[in-house]
Amino acid sequence: MLTLLLACQTGFTDPSRELGPPVSDGPQHPVEVHVPRSLGVVDTALSDIHGTPIGVDCATCHEPDASGEVWAESDSAGGPSSATELTFHRGLVLRHGDLSCASCHAPGEPGTLRLADDRRLDMADTIRLCAQCHGPKFESYRHGAHGGMNGYWDTRRGPRLRNHCVDCHAPHDPTYAQMVPTFPPGDRNPLGAGRSVDASGHEPTHTNGTADGQH
Amino acid sequence: MDNTSRRTLLKAGGATLGAGAFARSIAPITEWTADLSVDAFLQRHYKELTRDEMDVVLRRLEAETVEEYGVSVSIDDPRPTPGVSFGYALNLSICIGCRKCAEACHVENNHDRATHNSYIRVLEMKKGTVDLELGRVDYDHPVPDPDHFYMPVQCHHCDNAPCIKVCPVEATWQEADGIVVVDYNWCIGCRYCEAACPYHARRFNWAKPVVPPEEINPDQAYLSNRVRPQGVMEKCTFCLHRTRNGRLPACLEACPTGARVFGDLNDPDSEIRWVLANKRVFVLKEDLGTRPRFFYYFDG
Ligand code: HEC
Ligand code: HEC
Ligand code: HEC
Ligand code: HEC
Repeated sequence: MLTLLLACQTGFTDPSRELGPPVSDGPQHPVEVHVPRSLGVVDTALSDIHGTPIGVDCATCHEPDASGEVWAESDSAGGPSSATELTFHRGLVLRHGDLSCASCHAPGEPGTLRLADDRRLDMADTIRLCAQCHGPKFESYRHGAHGGMNGYWDTRRGPRLRNHCVDCHAPHDPTYAQMVPTFPPGDRNPLGAGRSVDASGHEPTHTNGTADGQH
Repeated sequence: MDNTSRRTLLKAGGATLGAGAFARSIAPITEWTADLSVDAFLQRHYKELTRDEMDVVLRRLEAETVEEYGVSVSIDDPRPTPGVSFGYALNLSICIGCRKCAEACHVENNHDRATHNSYIRVLEMKKGTVDLELGRVDYDHPVPDPDHFYMPVQCHHCDNAPCIKVCPVEATWQEADGIVVVDYNWCIGCRYCEAACPYHARRFNWAKPVVPPEEINPDQAYLSNRVRPQGVMEKCTFCLHRTRNGRLPACLEACPTGARVFGDLNDPDSEIRWVLANKRVFVLKEDLGTRPRFFYYFDG
């Protein structure tokens, strides 16, 4: 019966199955950049009754003008220039080339960023700040080759979400942190994986640790 | 390739492989009465199925998944988008070897849980060397280690793929968008392709994959992440169930460092084309003439 059925099979190809439908050049879906919550507030390590972390607005302490009280107290020339002089922002570590606070924060208005030509930037506009000193990386980022993404490679079919530089690089200490890797790959060879299947001595188990270690 | 010659090859395979290996590799087929429905055994080659026949097959596979794994899933058969040709690039200056990509592949593609199987293997290599065979996969310390760099390796979807040429039954081929696929229902598990692949990218299903029902990814495709039967070959499919619908591959989305770039090689404005034009990319074992669609580069 089997052979009979098998013999009856004829080969033919349904051309309609070869390709999927074309994608029309409609409007593009948006490519958005994720804006981290931390921009513009200091975390207090406290939470409200809903469990939402409480952040304090910079302006609570820093007057938005050059004669701000905190500012004036700390240094007549425009505030402390290195992290070692900090008392309030005690935990803050600055390990970023040889930059000082004023390289990025406008003196007198710490809640505002500034470019090298002293143009002001909103806290949320940090990418332009990074871009002025890291041109090549920013160029790669603009072309999707740095910083990663989520969603659609084909923006005709769906939206895309990009990461912000500070999602991965803390501006004060931008070195990408080390991490512990997730599980090592298993060994699909039944000998290696301790499976109950009898391997009947064919296929040597490679010692793990070479490119060939997993089958 | 008709079914009769495939059966003949099943027998002929025994002579070349050695009795032990052969018995193992065809076990699922010789025991088809227990494990395989008659329909599955008689199913025609993927390319010979009409759309209607394919629908019947897909519904049958969905029903089998309910029966065997206790979950209802949707198995689709997305086809290549006309004019699209996929490519993938990976920045070795950025990759830190965290294996998040391998883990995402494991979850996305319904891999056997106990073995931690994944289509991606991350090699830890001494700086200054690019010898694949010297890479370690079992490193277990915080990464990146300053003396090493990390190289994730998966199927390169070669345009001149040795694995396709050695398949005795045409169960693996390259599709119009460049993705090299396997028809798991046609594969006889002889493992020639595994031996032929210079990148160690193919895996053999020694045992039926075990995945708890709540962990099964229900978004499946016939040629990609549906739960594979025992005794067949499998490998990276560029997540075609996602990418043919315009989405990014799971390994790219999971990469916390942004080292991966995926897209359409035919689109001059695509990210992948920008990388090929502006970075000094290379392919692994170029001298073999495999013409991979998977590229590596270091930031210059
Ligand atoms: C609770 C009060 C308080 C809040 C809120 C606060 N600061 Fe400060 N800040 C200070 C004090 C006090 C100093 C003076 C140095 C010190 O004691 O740490 C200071 C110093 C600074 C400096 C160093 C000045 C320099 O030399 O450039 C910067 C920059 C700064 N703050 C930024 C911010 C930003 C940005 C925010 C909001 C995200 C913020 N601060 C919120 C109290 C505060
Ligand atoms: C490379 C540019 C740069 C330098 C240099 C810099 N900052 Fe910042 N700072 C930023 C950016 C960008 C943010 C907002 C991003 C964020 O919240 O992660 C920020 C946020 C802050 C905040 C509020 C949130 C937080 O992370 O605590 C404080 C306070 C602050 N800076 C103080 C300082 C002080 C004090 C110095 C000098 C010791 C300094 N910064 C140096 C760029 C810089
Ligand atoms: C005013 C110029 C300037 C600005 C603005 C700036 N950087 Fe930097 N950055 C530097 C310098 C200088 C170095 C040190 C380069 C070196 O050591 O070779 C550096 C180093 C780095 C590094 C490498 C750290 C490492 O591991 O060695 C990263 C990442 C980085 N910056 C990210 C950023 C990000 C993100 C921003 C925006 C929040 C930013 N930078 C803003 C000047 C700047
Ligand atoms: C998805 C995470 C991610 C995002 C987003 C990201 N980077 Fe990076 N970046 C990295 C990683 C990872 C490295 C490599 C770090 C390493 O090797 O230790 C890196 C490296 C860098 C370096 C070079 C360090 C060096 O030594 O050469 C700079 C500068 C930099 N990034 C700037 C930026 C800027 C500017 C942005 C925003 C436009 C950005 N990055 C966005 C992850 C990211």
